[in-house]
Amino acid sequence: MSVSEIFETMEYGPAPEDAKPVMVWLDGHKRAFGLFIDGAFTDAGAGFETANPANGNALARVTQASISDVDAAVSAARKAQPSWEKLGGHGRAKVLYAIARLMQKHSRLFAVLETLDNGKPVRESRDIDVPLVARHFYYHAGAAQLMASDMPDQQALGVAGQIIPWNFPLLMLAWKIAPAIAMGNCVVLKPAEYTSLTALLFAEICVEAGVPKGVVNIVTGNGAVGEMIVNHPDINKIAFTGSTGVGRRIREATAGSGKSLTLELGGKSPFIIFDDADIDSAVEGLVDAIWFNQGQVCCAGSRLLVQESVAEAVYAKIRARMDKLRIGDPLDKAIDVGAIVDPKQLKSITEMVDGSAGEGEVYRANTPMPKGGCYYPPTLITGLESSSRLMQEEIFGPVLVATTFRTPSEAVALANNTRYGLAASIWTENINLALDIAPRIECGVAWVNTTNQFDAAAGFGGRRESGFGREGGREGLYAYTKPKGSAKPLKPVVAFEGKAGAAADLDRTAKNYVGGKQARPDGGYVRAIYGPKGAFLGHVGIGNRKDIRNAVEAARKAGSWAKTTGHLKAQILFYIAENLSARAVELAARLDAMQGGKSGKAEVEASISRLFTYAAWADKYDGAVHNVPIRGVALAMNEPVGRLGLICPDEAPLLGLISLIAPAISMGNTCVAVPSSAFPLAATDFYQVLETSDLPGGVVNIVTGDHAALAKTMADHADLDGLWYFGASDLSGMIEKASAFNLKRTWVNNGRARDWDLAEGEEFLRHATDVKNIWIPYGE
Amino acid sequence: MTVSAKTKSTTVSVQNQGALPQVQHIRNAGMVLDMDWVRAVEVNTSAVERRCASLPGRRSVKKDYQAAWLLKAITVMDLTTLSGDDTERRVNRLCRKAMQPVRPDLLAALGMEGKRLTTGAICVYHEMIPAAVRALEGSGIPVAAVSTGFPAGLSPFHLRVAEIKASVKAGAAEIDIVISRRLVLEGKWQELYDEMRAFRDACGDAHVKAILATGELGTLRNVARASLVCMMAGADFIKTSTGKESVNATLPVSLTMIRQIRAYHEVTGIEIGYKPAGGISKAKDALVYLALMKEELGNRWLSPDLFRFGASSLLGDIERQLEHHVTGRYSASYRHAMG
Repeated sequence: MSVSEIFETMEYGPAPEDAKPVMVWLDGHKRAFGLFIDGAFTDAGAGFETANPANGNALARVTQASISDVDAAVSAARKAQPSWEKLGGHGRAKVLYAIARLMQKHSRLFAVLETLDNGKPVRESRDIDVPLVARHFYYHAGAAQLMASDMPDQQALGVAGQIIPWNFPLLMLAWKIAPAIAMGNCVVLKPAEYTSLTALLFAEICVEAGVPKGVVNIVTGNGAVGEMIVNHPDINKIAFTGSTGVGRRIREATAGSGKSLTLELGGKSPFIIFDDADIDSAVEGLVDAIWFNQGQVCCAGSRLLVQESVAEAVYAKIRARMDKLRIGDPLDKAIDVGAIVDPKQLKSITEMVDGSAGEGEVYRANTPMPKGGCYYPPTLITGLESSSRLMQEEIFGPVLVATTFRTPSEAVALANNTRYGLAASIWTENINLALDIAPRIECGVAWVNTTNQFDAAAGFGGRRESGFGREGGREGLYAYTKPKGSAKPLKPVVAFEGKAGAAADLDRTAKNYVGGKQARPDGGYVRAIYGPKGAFLGHVGIGNRKDIRNAVEAARKAGSWAKTTGHLKAQILFYIAENLSARAVELAARLDAMQGGKSGKAEVEASISRLFTYAAWADKYDGAVHNVPIRGVALAMNEPVGRLGLICPDEAPLLGLISLIAPAISMGNTCVAVPSSAFPLAATDFYQVLETSDLPGGVVNIVTGDHAALAKTMADHADLDGLWYFGASDLSGMIEKASAFNLKRTWVNNGRARDWDLAEGEEFLRHATDVKNIWIPYGE
Repeated sequence: MTVSAKTKSTTVSVQNQGALPQVQHIRNAGMVLDMDWVRAVEVNTSAVERRCASLPGRRSVKKDYQAAWLLKAITVMDLTTLSGDDTERRVNRLCRKAMQPVRPDLLAALGMEGKRLTTGAICVYHEMIPAAVRALEGSGIPVAAVSTGFPAGLSPFHLRVAEIKASVKAGAAEIDIVISRRLVLEGKWQELYDEMRAFRDACGDAHVKAILATGELGTLRNVARASLVCMMAGADFIKTSTGKESVNATLPVSLTMIRQIRAYHEVTGIEIGYKPAGGISKAKDALVYLALMKEELGNRWLSPDLFRFGASSLLGDIERQLEHHVTGRYSASYRHAMG
């Protein structure tokens, strides 16, 4: 077209980014890459081709790592780890800083390579992905520098195996590697099969930055390589970002191994537009929510919920906006929607949408589509109901599904009507409404009048089946550290034997404690408890699955405990301590009768102190205001996990019970506690203390019984959000494995002992809470 | 707000008698003041800023496309002089520049020699209207006059109305009025509406641009509401600034105003023009503004009857960029005729 013709049509024309420097780099490697192990590249071996999804052209061959490659990478990491950790925070900070600087210096090379390999618009890789990567290394250079002073009681985990997805290949690499090496860990990272190239370029940057050999290892390959990492016996931590299905399998595979685990999984995140929103801006927000990176974003605002009164106007504006999207060559700087990563993914999107043909009204962007290549048109499907598969399942493509709501509460109910819980976007000009809704949505990240905002200073991660653990922020550093010291093996604790007989005084019946009431065990069986010399002390109920069911139901009913003020929770915890103190002599005698010795008095004293500790924390475990680079705040709020199952230590029958219950309820959780199996009578005495302490019914439920029998039911229960296990039986593996189905947060002892006299503080509070980051840009 | 789509096309396609498109614009008769609509308008500043921050990265035009777009920018420019030391000779020089804004050899090299490329208008104070009209005679380029006690708009109301009438009588085809900012800040929307109505009526056949002085309105919400009230009262164009405020045209203000133009069009079917003024001095900025109009309103708004830049130094930068495009060498200002 001539200038004079363009003058009339005013079209944009092509604005291609030059791919030549990347081609030179690929050619320099003869378009074949080995693995990066122990600071050097191996020779390229048998493997697979990686292609540009925009045109199907091959870019390079990448090696499929073997088990011996993975072994070599893990042992290089293991060997490097002690000296990397000993290098100290400042030494590590200097290396991370060098990486950050080099990322900036080579930013365009990374951006163009990412776009070629992944298909995302170069505008995004250049303006979003790569700057966030540099930012991540800067932030964590600082985290390394401050580790000794800021987290004096934490140490590195050791070797981390990290498996990342193809949607943000380089950014996810940064999210994994930066915090891990900042905290003194060494890593073996596997990029996704479709998108390995920027990780390999990053390996070169590591050499340039002076990363000691073995600290960062990159192994390429398909899911089989991922499995090798997951199952490797010498790895201490697995961090995975990807699908919920694979995440669940990883949870099962690592169960009982003692490996620490972070899972960032799928989502079906709600994008909620209230009638008082700036609707033009909300519609523009949707472009960033669902048409960013072709909708291949775990936290994509893929589920639109619009207030009924404005729904039609909003839909009309969305359709008009969709028609303005430009789809095409991702290397073109003026392209909004690029290529889907791979023909397989394109097929999966197509099948899923076509599979629900006839449901709702489908609108596809009226905009030219490129010929050839791997593209899917931006799509809006309105008029769907929650029962539609498209409203429930992740499409992972540029497809927005929509429905309407009538009231704020209905918006919350619809938003939470999902197994996922990753992110939410809330649009309203009413700050009261926004700040009411954000905490009520089950998610790890909430954006008010914005969407898809990320920063190294703010944690990112999910609830429910969107996974657990946080990446970014101070909360993310705990995912790569553990408390200093090492625990000894836990000795078995066996109940004493004795002969049936009459109790010394009037027969007392120990029951379960459910919903604030004493409840007879459903099964109608009891077990006799004897002292060390065989004296009969009393009967205790043998709880079964129905008792657990009832207790969980009671715990759910008591959910408003989460909204109780810290001040009131503190008063109640103090009051429990006061009432326990009033019965101190009796409980001390009970403890001595069950366990022998004279430690009962001290245990009761310690228990009172523990209650005081968490009464103190109830109104002091503050969240944070993260320093993110926007005009606004990112509020990191400590929210209760929800309903917790607490299987208590067999030793320290009173102190152990209180050491779990107190942090749980002080943070607003409701719980089902299973007390010491060997010495349960302290717990059944203790519920009488609870009954007199103004604690609302259902906040604490106590079911006595065999740990092994009850643990399985609890791990299998979909309405328990977390399960802690500190018993003396070997149940940690079973609990982690069975909990995989709903990805409940588990905290197990792996057969290691803990000194219950010292078992209190922030470690417990962290397990009792999930951090939700609420981004609130402001400005008028 | 009811956003029922009563959209009807008012595209002007006829190029009759060689008249410039700017004088064929179908005028806005206005409507009754709809306060429910005005009060329902919401603007989220951070979200607006985010859109504006990402736009330049989302849309770029290169090579021949860039040259064509820059030529387009010239045609939608109100070449402006609003200085206390303006003289007839100085205005004459500016008018000649408006008629021949780009060196003929450059136009020829760009294949544009057949097009009658001029700026959108000349913009002057009342006293300079006769000189401008004389200089532009036969060119078809309209003379725009700033009016109503420009820039503060605080002279007696009857004098402001009289000033419009005098300027129209003197030959101004477009009148750029300034609104009383205090009416926005005091929330006196009915009074603002009435003022705008009176100005519109005084203009007669001359097109009226409402200058909101957005830098003095405090919030984007006020900008949006004032835009809407002025359109309801019959403004043909809404314009950001006088160029004399400390903050003039910005992208967030522009986005806010053109979204109101879009809403008004959706409801009434009437196309309202937009004029950002002040602070737009680089060719690159002009391209971003054109992209913003194209994205939010469509190609229809890339024409001088619906879009103008109020600018004094922008043309010089565009000329240099065009020469660079033609020759491959960076240009210098002395190689182009002064305006």
